[in-house]
Amino acid sequence: MRNEDSYSMDFEKPLRELERQIKEIELFAKEKEIDMSEEIARLQAKEEALKKKIYSELTRWQKVQIARHPKRPTFLEFVAMIFTDFLELHGDRLFRDDPAMIGGLAYLDGIPVTVVGQQKGRDTKENIYRNFGMPHPEGYRKALRLMKQAAKFKRPIITLIDVVGAYPGIEAEERGQGEAVARSIMEMAALETPIIAVITGEGGSGGALGIGVGDRVLMLEHAYYSVISPEGCASILWKNAAEAPQAVEALRVTAEDLLELQVIDEIIPEPLGGAHHDPEKTAQIIKEALIRHLTPLLEYTGERLLAERYEKYRKIGVFEEIESDQESTGE
Amino acid sequence: MLKDLFKPKPKYVTIRRPEERGIQPGQPEKKELPDGLWVKCNNCRQIIYHKDLEANLKVCPKCNYHFRLRAGERIAYLFDAGSVQESNSGLISKNPLGFPEYEEKVEKARKRTGLNEGVITGVAKVKNIPCVFSVMDFGFMGGSMGSVVGEKISRAFEYAAEHNLPVVSVTAGGGGARMQEGIISLMQMAKTCQALNRLQEKGIFYLSILTDPTMGGVFASFASLGDVVIAEPGALIGFAGPRVIEQTIRQTLPPGFQRSEFLLEHGIIDLIVERKNLRETVARLLRFHQRDQVGKEEVSKDA
Ligand SMILES: [Zn+2]
Repeated sequence: MRNEDSYSMDFEKPLRELERQIKEIELFAKEKEIDMSEEIARLQAKEEALKKKIYSELTRWQKVQIARHPKRPTFLEFVAMIFTDFLELHGDRLFRDDPAMIGGLAYLDGIPVTVVGQQKGRDTKENIYRNFGMPHPEGYRKALRLMKQAAKFKRPIITLIDVVGAYPGIEAEERGQGEAVARSIMEMAALETPIIAVITGEGGSGGALGIGVGDRVLMLEHAYYSVISPEGCASILWKNAAEAPQAVEALRVTAEDLLELQVIDEIIPEPLGGAHHDPEKTAQIIKEALIRHLTPLLEYTGERLLAERYEKYRKIGVFEEIESDQESTGE
Repeated sequence: MLKDLFKPKPKYVTIRRPEERGIQPGQPEKKELPDGLWVKCNNCRQIIYHKDLEANLKVCPKCNYHFRLRAGERIAYLFDAGSVQESNSGLISKNPLGFPEYEEKVEKARKRTGLNEGVITGVAKVKNIPCVFSVMDFGFMGGSMGSVVGEKISRAFEYAAEHNLPVVSVTAGGGGARMQEGIISLMQMAKTCQALNRLQEKGIFYLSILTDPTMGGVFASFASLGDVVIAEPGALIGFAGPRVIEQTIRQTLPPGFQRSEFLLEHGIIDLIVERKNLRETVARLLRFHQRDQVGKEEVSKDA
């Protein structure tokens, strides 16, 4: 709760103000023992209407703020609500177990699956343990180990992505962060089992894509997915990280943007006020989407699965093609 | 013959001749260095006679500092004269996000480099051994990978798989994925990586040569996945930029961090090869992986 209080989403200020008024009136009514329920109901209706309005007009930056909300459900919370009988499996077999990346076995509506995702902490202590959900190379190597295991047993793979980025640190570089991410991307493209990736919160560049190659890529309504952190982009463009709100406008990072750019397949709606207002409901909506997308994929032959996955990424790119002199000389 | 290798080309517009684009072997460009007869070494600060530097493959004769090369120079240094056939040079970037000033930046880069985009791909020979190549140009928006770079590299890998040709890739991508194309450029990482699986399936050799600088999304995709990974001495190579790391960990980075020698020590690359030995080493590696294959003979004759 401490986290939430200190986390400011300016655009919700009018809502906070209304909530404060309602609380005051409730207290006043109780103290004076008078019935003010009509006034309270009026304010609550006003709050609800305002909330709807605010959430229907969110800017890209506001969505980023929701995606980063400290109370947004984390991987383990989603797993507990979406799947049954989750069994976490540890380690990359090479260096150590990375607590920022979690993987394991679970059932999705009775179907055995492998689940993989980044894990953010709930409080400072857990965040330090989880490295704020930023995996080291061993995290990507663990994820890949478990995904290859899934392919061996023809078990579908579900990845839930919420990462500000793969960890930028000395040891991460020493142990080959770039190679770990790259290899995971390459091998995911060739795993002969259905893969569904869901961006649940932050889709931080290569750190997200490292477990993000799939037959279907879904995205929660207020999640974002970007090639560079908004702050990083702002620093490059305007030498000022505080210009991040302008940067996300240029980068186009929301689920709507990505659907339009044909990088994702579907937007998973969130309850009013964002996933953290109703994690259970959010989880149910995700679960429904996962089952709906997975069911047809289960019928695909391995060959079809890989061919379509290849084509899915093969066609991403916007360019024009003109004839060059050199190539025309052969005619 | 190259023209029917890859995808059909819907539009036919004349662009500059290849020699104007500076990819002709034997005619290294001079743009990277300041005009004039004398050049100051970035490393030892000594003054070097321009001609001496050129004669020394743009390596400082005094301290062995490897100057960055333009793609055309790299091609001239690496491949057999007269063997280079460029492909897909007519791919041009668009502005998929409507990113501010992107078109202007691309236009500027095109003017400055004489290239349409940040990578040259095609077929060539090294000591008479045919290969598919891709060579990035740091001078083109920092060697960053957008749609065109991703597409050309993917096509090169696919072509190599189809024709059983080894691949020699030279990267110089300081910017990694190209920010101005947003998520589209991030997806080029997936696009290029997945094409490598086709080489894997067919047992085709892929050599990745990392030059200064190879960072971010270029390093975290096809560049680090070579069967053999070579780096030039002293090249900056890594996932996260040094400044980002410094800001994150709030420490100064140790000397030599993310340089080729650091990567070799930590087991991330196979070899460091000086520029003067690079061509020979590439030829040796290609020779090791030469196999008798149907179609190879024919292709090498055409190329
Ligand atoms: Zn020098």
